[in-house]
Formats: sequence, C-alpha cells, structure tokens
Amino acid sequence: MNRHVPPHVAAAEAREAGGRGCTDVAPIRQRGQHEVFCGLTSIIWLHRKVQDAFFLIVGSRTCAHLMQSAAGVMIFSEPRFGTAIIDDRDLSGMADMNDELDKVVARLITRRPDIRMLVLVGSCPSEVIKLDLPRAAMRLNARFAPDLRVLSYSGSGIETTFTQGEDNFLNAVVADAPPPAADAPAQLVVAGCLADVIEDQFTRIFAGLGIGNVHFLPARRAEAVPSIGPGTVVLMAQPYLTETAKAFEKKGARVLIAPFPLGEEGTTAWLRVAADHFGVPGERFEAVTAPGRERARKGVSLYLDRLAGRRVFFFPDSQMEPSLARFLSREAGADIVEVGTPYLNKAHMAPDLALLPSTVRLAEGQDVDKQIDRCRADDPDLIVCGMGLGNPFEAEGRTTKWSIEFAFTPIQGYEQAGDLAELFARPVGRREALAVEV
Amino acid sequence: MQLTVWTYEGPPHVGAMRVATGMKGLHYVLHAPQGDTYADLLFTMIERRKERPPVTYTTFQARDLGADTAEIFKTACRDAVARFDPQAIIVGASCTAELIQDDPGGLAKTLGLDVPVIPLELPSYQKKENWGAAETFFQLVRGLAGGRTPAQKPEGAPKSANILGPTALGFRHRDDIVEIGRILDALGVTVNVTAPMGATPHDLTRLPDADFNISLYPEVSGAAAQWLKRTFKQPIVETVPIGVGATKDFVREVAALVGADPEPVIAAADERLSWYSRSIDSNYLTGKRVFIFGDATHAIAAARVATEELGYRVCGLGSYSREFARDVRAAAKAYDVEALITDDHLDVEDAIIAAAPELVLGTQMERHCAKRLRIPCAVISSPVHVQDFPARYSPFMGFEGANVLFDTFVHPLMMGLEEHLLGMFREDFEFNDDAQASHLAALHGHQTYESMQTPEARTAPDDNAQDVVASEGKAASFGPLSWTDDAERELKKIPFFVRGKARRNTEMFATEAGVNPITIETLYDAKAHFAR
Repeated sequence: MNRHVPPHVAAAEAREAGGRGCTDVAPIRQRGQHEVFCGLTSIIWLHRKVQDAFFLIVGSRTCAHLMQSAAGVMIFSEPRFGTAIIDDRDLSGMADMNDELDKVVARLITRRPDIRMLVLVGSCPSEVIKLDLPRAAMRLNARFAPDLRVLSYSGSGIETTFTQGEDNFLNAVVADAPPPAADAPAQLVVAGCLADVIEDQFTRIFAGLGIGNVHFLPARRAEAVPSIGPGTVVLMAQPYLTETAKAFEKKGARVLIAPFPLGEEGTTAWLRVAADHFGVPGERFEAVTAPGRERARKGVSLYLDRLAGRRVFFFPDSQMEPSLARFLSREAGADIVEVGTPYLNKAHMAPDLALLPSTVRLAEGQDVDKQIDRCRADDPDLIVCGMGLGNPFEAEGRTTKWSIEFAFTPIQGYEQAGDLAELFARPVGRREALAVEV
Repeated sequence: MQLTVWTYEGPPHVGAMRVATGMKGLHYVLHAPQGDTYADLLFTMIERRKERPPVTYTTFQARDLGADTAEIFKTACRDAVARFDPQAIIVGASCTAELIQDDPGGLAKTLGLDVPVIPLELPSYQKKENWGAAETFFQLVRGLAGGRTPAQKPEGAPKSANILGPTALGFRHRDDIVEIGRILDALGVTVNVTAPMGATPHDLTRLPDADFNISLYPEVSGAAAQWLKRTFKQPIVETVPIGVGATKDFVREVAALVGADPEPVIAAADERLSWYSRSIDSNYLTGKRVFIFGDATHAIAAARVATEELGYRVCGLGSYSREFARDVRAAAKAYDVEALITDDHLDVEDAIIAAAPELVLGTQMERHCAKRLRIPCAVISSPVHVQDFPARYSPFMGFEGANVLFDTFVHPLMMGLEEHLLGMFREDFEFNDDAQASHLAALHGHQTYESMQTPEARTAPDDNAQDVVASEGKAASFGPLSWTDDAERELKKIPFFVRGKARRNTEMFATEAGVNPITIETLYDAKAHFAR
C-alpha cells in the first residue's frame, strides 16, 4: 500500500520535527490485565445500524449479561440481538450443539420474520470449544437463502477488543459480497459504521465533488451491500478496520490511506485523498469544502478555552485514540501525554501519527495497573477512559471523559467537529462549574 | 441452548464479585478473558462506587491457549497479592476459563502465598448470579470461620448478632442494614459482624462469637447461615423484615431469642404506613390488582405488604429465583394465583398482559414492560439500575422501610379523585386513554395496550393458545364471534387496563352461551357473570 500524502498534510508534517511526528515513537507494550470490552460490544451500534439484521451471539450467560450491562441496560424492549446461551447439556454432549443452534435459529426466524440477515457471532466459549460457526452459517444458508442471508464472525474477547468486532463483521460482509459485473463503473465504498446523519452529509459532499457512486458499509439494509471488486475504491471512515481492509484488497479493491475524518483538518485530508483519487480539480474541492471547513473551525473555537493547553491522557478503548489525540492536539491545542490503544495498525494510522507531536507517549495493549500508576504520576487535566475506571479516577479528584461515547456519538465530519470538541470540553467545564467536592 | 435477550441474573462469578466488592481486604483473582472486565462497570457506574472492584482478571488471549494460561494465572495471582496486600484471596474461573480447566484453586495453592486462598467452583453453565454469591459467601465463611472457637463472653454481656447477606450492588442493602442496626440497638443487641458488606476476612473469623444470625437476604446468606447453625449452634432469624407486619414479627423473633420485651420497641416505631393506609384517602386502593415479580424474598414480602397493609389484590406473583421456587409457590397459593417461576422476561410480559394488573411491582425489566403497556410500576428487586441507588436514605426493611414502601407502592397510581373523574368523563377529548399520557412515555401512535393483548398482535401466542382452541371449538358451530358497533363502543368505556380482559371474558361468555353477535346486553351479562 502506498501512503498517499496530501500537500497540506505534507506541509503540516514539515512543521513537526523531521515531519514524522509520532511515527517513530516505539509504543509501550506491557503484558498484564486489559480493562477493555470484547468485540461483542460493537453489536450495540451494529444492530441499530443494519435495520434488517439480527445478531445472534452464541455464547454464555456472561455474554448476555455483558450486552445488557454495556447497552445501558435494556433500552430497547426487543433489540435485534440476542444470545444463544450454551448450557451444560450442550457441553456434556447430551444435546447436539448444532441441532440446538438450528432450533434456536428456527424459533428466532418465526418470531422475527422481518429479518433479512442473520449474523452468528462467536464468543470466547464458542471459540474455545471450537464450535464451527462458519459451517453452521453455510448449513443455515442452504436452508434459508436467499430470503435470509446467514453470516458469521467472531466477537470473542480472546481475539477481539471492542471495535474489532465491527472489523470482523465487515470482513464477513465483504467476503460475502457479490463480484461486480464486468462493466461496472468505479465506485467508492466508505467503510466503518457512521451515524446516518453523517452518511447523508458525506453523500452530499461527495456529490458536490462529482463522486456519485458512493456506498457505505455497513449498509442500512442487508440487501444494500454493494458488489466489490477491482473497480472498488475504499475510504476507511474508522481506524479499526485491519481485517476488513485485507478482505477488500483480496477482492482487488484499492484501499486509500488517510487521516481519519475527525475535526476540520482530518475531514478535509480524508476527503482530499478520495478527491485526488477521483481526479477532482483543486478549485472544486476548495469550493465544496470551504463552507464546512469554516463551520468546523468555528464550532471547535467555542471550546478552545477549556481545551487549549490541557494535558490529556488516553486509556485504550476503540483504536480511535490516535486520531482523537491528533484532533485535540492540532485543532484544540491540547497537550497529549499518553495515547493508549488496544491495537496499533501503523499503516492505517500513519497519517495521524505523523501529525502527533513526537513527545507523545504511545501504548499498545495494556497492563491496566501499571497504566493507572503512570496516569497518576502524570496527573493530567483530563483522562479519557472506560466506564470501569472513570468514577474511581473522579473520586481521586481527577477529571475524566468516558471513551465509549466516541463510539456512540456522531463525531465525524465538519458539522460534528464542534460536538467532538464539546465532548472533551464538557467534563472540564463541568468540573469548573461545580462548587462541590468529592 | 436457550435464546436470551435480557437476563435477570448474571453469571455466578458476578455473584462472587458482589461478595468481594462488598467486603474490605479481600481480593478476587479471576481467570477470565478481557471482555469479562465489563463487570467492573456494574459497580463503578450503576452503584457509583468510588473504587474499582477488588478483582484481577487474567485476560488471557487466544494465542495463550494451550501454551501458558496457567502461568498467566499464577503471575496475576502473585502480582495481585503484592499490589493490593489483601487479608485473603478468592480464586476462580469465569465461563471461558472453566472450559480450559486450569484449576485456579490448585495453581494458587502452589504459589506459597502468605494469605489464605479460598478456591471457588462456580459452574457457569448451570448456575447464576445469586447462587454464585451464596456459594462464595458460604465458602468464605467456612474457610475463615471453620475450626474457630467462639470467644467466651463475660456474664451479663449484651447479646450480639451477625447480619448476613448484604452485598455490593444489592437492592437497597446499603440502607437496609442501617435500619436493622437501629432495631437491634433498640432491643439492646449489639452487631457482632455485618457481612459480606463492610466485613474484612478477619471479621469473618469472628462470626462464631455472635449469639445468633440474621439471614437478611436468604438468596445470598442462606447457605452460610445454615452452616453456622450446624457448626456453632447459632440460631437463625429467618423473618425478612419488609413491611410493618414482617418488621413486627422480626422484632418479636429477635426479642424472644435474647429475652427482651419487643412491645416498647414496636410501640415507639416511627411508622406511618399503617395510618396512611387506614386513612380514608386510601380507600381507592382497595382491591387494586397488583402483579408482583422479583427475587423470591422481595416478591413474597411485597405480596404480603400489598395485600395485608395496602388492601391490594395480588393477580400475579412470580420470581426468577428457581432455588426458592417452593417458597414462592406456597405464597402464591395463599393469594389464589399460580406462581410464575421463570427467567424468561417474555414469559413475564405475557403473564402481565394476561393478568391485566393496575400496578406492577417488579424489576427494571418489568418497569420497561409496564411502561410500554402503560401500567404504573414500581421497582422492588434486583436486577438493579442506577436509579435503584437513590441519593436519599431509602431502605426497604424495618419501620422506615415500611414508610418507603407506602410511597413506592402508592405513588405510581393515579390519585383517587383523578381516577374517578377519568372514569366518569371518559370521552373528554384531552383526557382519555387514546391521548398520550402526560407522565409516562408510552406506546407510539395508535398502538394501545388493548391491541397488544389480542393474540394476532403477539408474535408468541402460546399464552393464549388454550383459550383460542377452546373458543374455536364452540364458535365453529355458529361462525366467528362478532361485536355490534354499539357493543364495541360500550367496551371502549371500560378503563383500558382491564378492557382486554373484559373483551376476553365477554367472548368466552358469549361462546359458552351461544350468543352471536355480542351486544351491549351480552357485555353486561358477562360483567355480571364474572363480577369479582
């Protein structure tokens, strides 16, 4: 993969020492307790995004309990996900697990005849006992296709962290996508789950740039999955799509590398990579993006007083951390202390890393106790961390932002740049506004 | 394999976490993959705890399998003891680690740690959260108090009790134990140890010193209390003091054990439920149909309060606590209803629809269901939500608990006069049951409670299957049942929460009487026939 460097990014890099920013910083890698969600958790947004899909976790009571706890506890009376809980009859061989799974699926389809895509999701227990879900999907497809497509992927916590669940899901979707017709026109696929409103905004911008044949993955409906082949150009909207990118390339698609579309700078650079690929003239790009860029800068400027110069520490969560840190550093003037990420894809992250100051500490994976010690020693102004750590840090008098919100809030694109800044600024402002102590 | 969307109970290791997190000076080393760390947020977010739960997860990964997961466990165990300096540790496996059979208990014993190690065997594929909490507490008590000799007390020393059962993430446990402490104090009884909540492993070694045990939450404390009784001959106070009557029973039971006079304590009780319930304003509560579901202890207690102390009528009683199914069935029999023992929330929803209650007392699960059905609801039991940890003092037990219960069970209902006005002027264009309720987020558009009760609107019709079959059998002889327009209009005048039942009863009556179509006359004949 060639790294595409847009001119304005190159200029920005030149301002950094040697233009490489954080590229050569060796990440801290410690083996210890991880305090992160497993890949199943991404079902919480995926099941809302794909409106005719049902995600069936094949797992344990723990998986079901995780889903209802992480989902903010029972928001939707009957969500489009569920867990087929393995019990000791299955494990002892008293019941044939494949027969049992087929029964659960049959019941589910009777109950939800509106479902067009059934996704079998592997879990830690199903992986450990080597329950073959891809084969189960094939078997069920033979029975239910084409009315119902059955896919499978693993969201197990022994293999995936949080957003990697979506990566594995999209990997399965891409693998399952049909090949394009021989004379199919070139198309752009924007990969990675975005809020519907952001898809609509980007669709309008791409149309303005003259890029009309745009698809989003995951699509809102199962049958809207585009065909994928050599004429497909992929622009990743999310930084956690390592396996998905490989699947695209395996089908002959071209994957573009760009900073991720967070903030004015990130969004512009991201759009420009696509525009350059499709040969959009520079003036047209300027004309189409200028109003959005202006609004984004204005939106962020409202929060600068609460963010500029603040020292920020990121615990690992979604793999979005380097891009979020880049936004905070370059557009809000924050001082980034540590950027933790569950997994660092140096190729996909290269443009963002290059824009981070070389003083930033990178950490890949986690030993949560040691990371907590580092964080306390750094004593940052804002800690971006998961929900298990937030209140304990607040009780120590520190200010935190829970990271899961970045996965659940529309933050990409020009019109959300201000909202993104506000997410970071809110706990800082709240802390300053409150006259109560803990 | 069972299809599940929402669960009443987590896996058993979450029960163990509730015990460990309630205690001080205890650490739990859990062999588990990284995803299982979600359980921390139950405590830090729902209960807003200021500390992380005292749990170290090994977070082994796929690449560790078959290689050195046992070594990872040993390292985690050593590091946890060094970092957290606990008085004792419990070790065990979550569902995934149970499959790889590393034997955490055996491994921990080989480490030569200088703290007691209590191994837990919690079968994840058979058991659930409350069982896990009870088993963990029992193993801790047996491991730490076993073999101890009760301390000799000087003659005339005050009697002392252990309060057993409160845990982290327990429904109102925080305030219940304060209330129980007040009652014991009034009776001249000292509290020897409260456990698990607030106790250290060292405190558990002192359990045998008490004169008796109070098993406050039998789902958690039952096994440990029984063992203490067998081993140290400590009697168990088994009355759960929820409601005025049960609290008085509790006071008398404790007083009898210690030779105190209960009546002054009862007379001095600052309790308002009794008077509020007797006051004429509460007349409208009479015979309100209430559906109750929760853990066994809270469900059974709520049924007693609802009937004996508020004058409601129990139209449904159930629990997800299978271990206590017998107790729930016995209680249900007394209210002439069939107990619902299930951990499938859809079964509960079907039962609520069939029972057509005017009030639901349940868990957060029933709160959601009742909200959609537009039935008033109060939460009386775990599983809990952040709202179940109110900032104010809000016990369910003891005399103050009874005051809380009055407010909790009565305030969700419409006020008496408001209800009369609604009944008399049913066709008020702004104030009727087709208009969006102002105080409850409810069903969208024209979907009404009644329409959700008709079998064709339900995707799982099993609950009504019998009725349908029965009515079809007879109806076949004279065609499908129909309603005259007048009768349909008259039916609309019946309050929405009982309209479905009225429709079913009328149709049943019409089928049996061979009447078709149903007229206004049939409707009122059926009403007279089924009058309660």
